[in-house]
Amino acid sequence: MGTIVFFIFAIMAIAAAWGVVTSKNIVHSALYLVLSFTGVAVLYVLMNADFLAAVQLLIYTGAVAIMIIFAVMLTLRSEICESNPENRHWGWGALVACLVFIVMALVILANPDWRILPTPWTSGGSAEDLSLLLLTKFMVPFEAAAVLLTMALAGAVILAKGVKESK
Amino acid sequence: MNFSNLSVGLSTYLLVGAMLFSLGLYGVFAKRNIIAILMSIELMLNAVNINFVAFNRFIWNQKIDIHYILTGHVAALFVIVVAAAEVAVGLALVITIYRNRQSTNVDEFNWLKW
Repeated sequence: MGTIVFFIFAIMAIAAAWGVVTSKNIVHSALYLVLSFTGVAVLYVLMNADFLAAVQLLIYTGAVAIMIIFAVMLTLRSEICESNPENRHWGWGALVACLVFIVMALVILANPDWRILPTPWTSGGSAEDLSLLLLTKFMVPFEAAAVLLTMALAGAVILAKGVKESK
Repeated sequence: MNFSNLSVGLSTYLLVGAMLFSLGLYGVFAKRNIIAILMSIELMLNAVNINFVAFNRFIWNQKIDIHYILTGHVAALFVIVVAAAEVAVGLALVITIYRNRQSTNVDEFNWLKW
């Protein structure tokens, strides 16, 4: 059961990622991106990371995808069917990506420590467990992330809207 | 639901992450539209998150301190936060550049080249 679900959604995530990088229409790329994020969220559920799956659905397939689609709409000008072309060096990019994947796959498949099956999971992964961890052991990085988000959003507004000349 | 009887090993999850990462890498190298490059970066960050959660799920034991068992989830959460901040700033930059240059083609962004 778990195996079938895993392969369905893993193949869906990878096929959608392939669609993101090969689609000629950038709106289709954005929609494939949503599909890929959803597949990854299901993989999180299979790895007992319930809260992370919810966060993935909310932030990635909700917020990030909508923002990307808005940016596409704000910057599109010519024909939409050819809005996402490859550049001149795509062959080199494909070569480098293939080589990187081959090296990573060799490392993964050659390491005997990683050829393991899951042991029964008893330690949660819910919002309660994670919040306990975030507000005790990882409090300083948590606050730093809050400051980072605030500054990033303020910076994004200033960048997109422009600053009035003072005085 | 109880998925504890799943029989997919750690290396399968890592291979999925590697495939997503390589596809994102290809997109960063090959795409001409800057928004497509941002999407590919998001794919790569997702692949990293899969690896964090997979290692946290498979390489754990009950003897370590209970407060550190979910460290991989916390790392993935911070990656998601940074990705959200990155996409906000990145898309604001895209819109500003588009306003100045009327283009989203990275081949034309060569102000700093002489």
